[in-house]
Amino acid sequence: MATTEIPARSQAAAPARAPRKRGKSDLATALVFITPAVVGFIVFYLVPTIRGLYLSFTNYNLFGSPVWIGLTNYIKIVQDKLFWNAMAVTGEYVVLNIAFQTVFALGLALLMYHVAKSTIVRGVLLLPYLVANVIVALLWFWMLDYQIGIVNQVIEWLGLPRVAFFGSGTWAIPTIAFINVWRHMGYTALLLFAGLQAIPRNVYEVAALDGAGAWKTFWKITMPLLRPVMVLVLVVTVIGSFQIFDTVAVTTNGGPVNASRVIQLYIYQKAFTEQDFGYASALSVILFAILGVVAFLQMKFLRGNESELG
Amino acid sequence: MTTTQRLDAAPAGAANGGTRRRPSTDRRPRRPVGWGRIGAWAVLALAILVTVVPFLWMIRTALSSNHSLAANSASLLPADFSWGAFKRVFGMQSPEEALAQGGSGAAINFWLYLRNSFIVSTMVTVAQVFFSALAAYAFARLQWPGRDKVFSLFLATLLVPPIFTALPNFLLIKNLGLLNTFLGIALPTMLMTPFAIFFLRQFFLGMSREMEEAAKLDGASHLRIFFQIVAPNAVGPIATLSLLTFIAAWNDYFWPLLVGQEDKVRVLTVGLSVFKSQSPQGAPDWSGLMAATLVAALPILILFLAFGKKVVNSIGFSGIK
Repeated sequence: MATTEIPARSQAAAPARAPRKRGKSDLATALVFITPAVVGFIVFYLVPTIRGLYLSFTNYNLFGSPVWIGLTNYIKIVQDKLFWNAMAVTGEYVVLNIAFQTVFALGLALLMYHVAKSTIVRGVLLLPYLVANVIVALLWFWMLDYQIGIVNQVIEWLGLPRVAFFGSGTWAIPTIAFINVWRHMGYTALLLFAGLQAIPRNVYEVAALDGAGAWKTFWKITMPLLRPVMVLVLVVTVIGSFQIFDTVAVTTNGGPVNASRVIQLYIYQKAFTEQDFGYASALSVILFAILGVVAFLQMKFLRGNESELG
Repeated sequence: MTTTQRLDAAPAGAANGGTRRRPSTDRRPRRPVGWGRIGAWAVLALAILVTVVPFLWMIRTALSSNHSLAANSASLLPADFSWGAFKRVFGMQSPEEALAQGGSGAAINFWLYLRNSFIVSTMVTVAQVFFSALAAYAFARLQWPGRDKVFSLFLATLLVPPIFTALPNFLLIKNLGLLNTFLGIALPTMLMTPFAIFFLRQFFLGMSREMEEAAKLDGASHLRIFFQIVAPNAVGPIATLSLLTFIAAWNDYFWPLLVGQEDKVRVLTVGLSVFKSQSPQGAPDWSGLMAATLVAALPILILFLAFGKKVVNSIGFSGIK
């Protein structure tokens, strides 16, 4: 509605605006506008980041004050078998979660794009993502129950042996990874779908004129042009995946034994069960560093910042 | 940072493009219905089924009586229909009654948790969206030295994992004496999140300047321009952001787990995990648990039914969260 009157007005307003832009600063007003956000940023992001770094070099159990111990926490971590176990478990989770999630999401995104553009279909597929992790975890905890869960009923009906999804060391992490694939699949698909929509249609038309089939079009056109979006989605989902906590905390709580004690759960337990805040801080510095390196490598090797569309 | 640039390109498209792009979709030539297309629909139908069935199973279990679940584990309808699970969840059964029906007998009151979740999520949403809108306007429209540098600094915090700031923030909330208060749970996200500022800045950048310029010539202050011209014209994106913020606050588990353990401030997600851990190990109160998850999920599902289209169309790159 408003768009129609804009062209006429912009011509009239343009000369008046030009001189005003030069040098004139709105600093006083800007201060009023950004002060709450800046306070929030400093108090809850900037200072905690510095404080977290500092705590990682201390021994601190919540009582008294932190005692500086240099690199001791880091040296202990390197020798900590549970830490390495947590890293291995988290790594397994991330690989399983990301691999399946990305493939399923890409498939769904293509279906959304080529077959069903309906918002309702997209809305339904987004549903699991809107429901809390804790809810999703409990729902699947019930459905995958060894005794009377519906999934094991179906498995038995198919003539296969029951699976202790949460109770066996081998299955715990794949099960948790699957639950989160289920939750994030539709959301990731929507992100990729938005990327597909950004690919200009004439590229496809040219390909069709050249007689390229669906398979060739997908690999030679869709994938290369989708790459920047794909990389961004991968960076975001991988970073999120490393921080798996809720699902594990309400289902296995790290068990059986240490089979699903992922890194964030380990940090939580160190800080709040053992009250070892220094050690927990050092662990989270390491997690932070790993996430930074992983994001950097993804951007570099998948060339996420370059676009074929140029 | 290359991410920043990519991020920049996005939500403007998500905010405006969603509707504007639609007409062009009809130009696409329709392909004849072949086996490929039927197969594609079948896969899509399967995906929808896999998505929806667990929710139906949640409802079915919540309406069953717990003792009958084992004997009727594969029946599609509620096993021995009963509202007992909901009564248990809302603390409307006596401990003996609850025990008899398979509950733990421990006092559990989801009315309270429901109320607490509403209080916390509303506090976070109202404050965060308001303060972030102010900041976003300053980043998008006002001229001041260091503006873009401060903005990149804000954006950089998207890369800091929440666990990293959670430990020091817990200490801060503890030192402020705000453990087990609503303010303590809400405060860290009340003043800003990088995502909220980014989302609205993107929209403000794309808005036409004409009305503002006209108001400025009439001598209106920036404060007046913001409240009387910019904000009313940004109702759509502000509503979308509010919805996303509310959902995120409602679903958060880790932070309220750290600072809101006591019953009087316990939110639904934490309440659910407590309910689960209180449930008898050998024979869990499945129907009670599913009734509780349904209660926790329902407000979000209702919001989604009412405003789902906004959420669905807002997810592009802006979905970075």
